[in-house]
Amino acid sequence: MYPSEYLYSREHEWVHVQDDVCTLGITEFAQQELGEVVFVELPEVGQVFDTGDEVGTIESVKAVAEIFTPVAGEVVELNDAVVDDPELINEDPHGEGWLIKLRFSSAADLKDLMNAEQYEEFVKSGEA
Amino acid sequence: MGSDNLERTPLYACHVELGARLVDFAGWEMPVQYTGVIEEHRAVRTAAGLFDVSHMGEVRVRGAGAEAFLQRLTPNDVAKLVPGRAHYSGLLTEEGTYVDDLLVYRLAADDFLVVVNASNAPRDFAWIAERAGGEVEVTDECDRWALIALQGPKALEILEPLAPGASALRYYGFRQGTVDGRPALISRTGYTGEDGFELYVDPEHAVALWRRLVDAGAAPAGLGARDTLRLEAAMALYGHEIDEKTTPWEAGLDWVVKLDKGDFSGRAALVAQKEAGAPRRLVGFEVEGRGIARQGHTVLAGGTAVGVVTSGTWSPTFEKALGLAYVPPALAAPGTALTLDVRGKALAARVVPTPFYRRAK
Repeated sequence: MYPSEYLYSREHEWVHVQDDVCTLGITEFAQQELGEVVFVELPEVGQVFDTGDEVGTIESVKAVAEIFTPVAGEVVELNDAVVDDPELINEDPHGEGWLIKLRFSSAADLKDLMNAEQYEEFVKSGEA
Repeated sequence: MGSDNLERTPLYACHVELGARLVDFAGWEMPVQYTGVIEEHRAVRTAAGLFDVSHMGEVRVRGAGAEAFLQRLTPNDVAKLVPGRAHYSGLLTEEGTYVDDLLVYRLAADDFLVVVNASNAPRDFAWIAERAGGEVEVTDECDRWALIALQGPKALEILEPLAPGASALRYYGFRQGTVDGRPALISRTGYTGEDGFELYVDPEHAVALWRRLVDAGAAPAGLGARDTLRLEAAMALYGHEIDEKTTPWEAGLDWVVKLDKGDFSGRAALVAQKEAGAPRRLVGFEVEGRGIARQGHTVLAGGTAVGVVTSGTWSPTFEKALGLAYVPPALAAPGTALTLDVRGKALAARVVPTPFYRRAK
């Protein structure tokens, strides 16, 4: 269910690190909790964020969820497809439903994240 | 997720079996969705949906003094309500504000069933019971009734074979008969903007009836779809459009208030507010920018807050964000541009006529 090459936050974001750029999205658990996504707001390319900053919002019919970045860095790419077609987040949260790519400033942030196994446990534990 | 101490309706096992997502709603463990809000919403608009609304509260008011008592207690004209008809009304404070909104069913000359919101049921019962005297008997019947709403353009087609004669009921008409051989109060009412029925049945028959209606083609629909459906139909929801601070004039529910019927709770205050003019009006709006305004977001004019959003959602029918808001009368005309403060960001919206959705007759 949760790709082993990704890292996961307690706020239910995933990041996929490739060199100095990481791709960020929300997890399968998060999309299920949220329900059908109807609206996505993303930041702009070039914006710089600190660890834990809000980088956008995802809205379903019933709820709004803020997206927080678990790593500090500069936005280098946006997934325009999810803005036009928000249900991609429901259909493929770990793939085509990715949100942004960040060039991260410090690898130290990654140490606080969970691996797939730990995240799965976290979700199952009911603390999530 | 603490599900301790939550009440469950007689249909709880059906919801679990259907894989519903259950949430705490007014102290009840209720299905918010089964397959998805949008899909359930569309099923109700295009075919038929089935809602468990057994959490609603029922209060029986009986006796020789029942009509006079309800006339004094509620703003609509109970004298004009004939047995076999229901009407929409409210419980108002002496200030003319809402304790709750409700339906009154006239079962017989001296026998009424009052149906109230789950969130207010204990308070409503106390409010009614405290004011009853003389030849009026007030009974809490919340546990006596399960309530299933069958709503949508195919509702009649599904119900008629199980309840022959259902088609003879007019809007807001009801009769005590049977559905699939089980005693039921069959009411042509609803909260979705569609044709449909609300079926009041003995709790022990609820599961069998629910399954029968699902087998006949009604799609289970949760409270999520119920909310988007009622909002498209611009129907008020207690705690959103109406509460103890709002009057029927402000909420656009003028038609519920019959000032010429004699005195009733809140009448003097409503007469005064009618003369002075309501300080705010409930309007419908469509969002023109990108985003969704929701309850509690403020309406801005010249940088200051002048109103508040009472309900807002993404509309599955119109595929855009819309909602209801209180605004000063000067901003209430359709076409007026509004600015909404959505989490610190300005969102453009425009006042539009309500209801947003009106079914084809």
